[in-house]
Amino acid sequence: MADRNKFTDLAMEYMPSLYSAALRMTRNPSDAEDLVQETYLKAYKGFHSFQEGTNLKAWLYRILTNTYINRYRAKQRRPDETHIDQDEDFFLYRHLGELDPSLAGKSPEEELLDLFSNSEIVEAVELLSEIFRIPVLLADVEGFSYKEIAEILDIPTGTVMSRLHRGRKALQRLLYDFAVERRLVDPELNVDVDVDGEQDQEEVTRV
Amino acid sequence: MSDIEQAGVSECGDDLCLESLKELYVFIDGELTEERRVIIRSHLDECGGCVEAFDFEVELRQVVSKCCSETVVPEHLRHRIALAIESFSDDDEEPN
Repeated sequence: MADRNKFTDLAMEYMPSLYSAALRMTRNPSDAEDLVQETYLKAYKGFHSFQEGTNLKAWLYRILTNTYINRYRAKQRRPDETHIDQDEDFFLYRHLGELDPSLAGKSPEEELLDLFSNSEIVEAVELLSEIFRIPVLLADVEGFSYKEIAEILDIPTGTVMSRLHRGRKALQRLLYDFAVERRLVDPELNVDVDVDGEQDQEEVTRV
Repeated sequence: MSDIEQAGVSECGDDLCLESLKELYVFIDGELTEERRVIIRSHLDECGGCVEAFDFEVELRQVVSKCCSETVVPEHLRHRIALAIESFSDDDEEPN
């Protein structure tokens, strides 16, 4: 089948990025594998409707996100994100000085490496609720434009921008809270840090 | 004094600081119009406070992107997908 070779040639190279996105969406390797497989099968079945010369990667992401939303949405946790609109922009950057005075004079790269492990960064992204997590992944990890994200998610460009803005703020707040939990913060600041350093998931997300 | 200045992000206190910070994400996203991009870029060249915020946001974005990108797809997944496509194609090609 000629189509099959063509599909394989064109679509398979996107598997690493689709798999990464699926992992961040489902937060579970086994669900991520099922999601990617289902995406490829649907894409193959619908490949005749793909218009050559248009953006194949965006088309595949559209199938991936639709499949995820339809199949896995019910499973998601819902962190309380009511704080987002009260938080300032650039929350993390503005509060860096509180996190660790020894960061002063370091480069942004050193600051971030000092403050967060890779797994904390991933955890913070995964804690975002789906409505913010997906646009943030599409923009900040995959590098899609606002217009492409609008098409992938079938929402207006203005909604993409607002979700990105709020999602990035929420992400910065989550990272800040992780750093606070590790008691890097100045104890004189009025921040509630658990004495034994153990907070359950619900508390972590209640920011 | 503006909220942004109070928060210590801006150093020069220029009106452009407010505009630059408001548009910083759109700037980093590469989605500003050429006209706005040139204005913000030239402000960043002059303003230490804004450029520091800019550098931090850019670095954070790179760190997030790097941490969230898996480079390796499990071999069994590639295999599963190839099989699923093959088996669908076979079904499709039943003789009429």
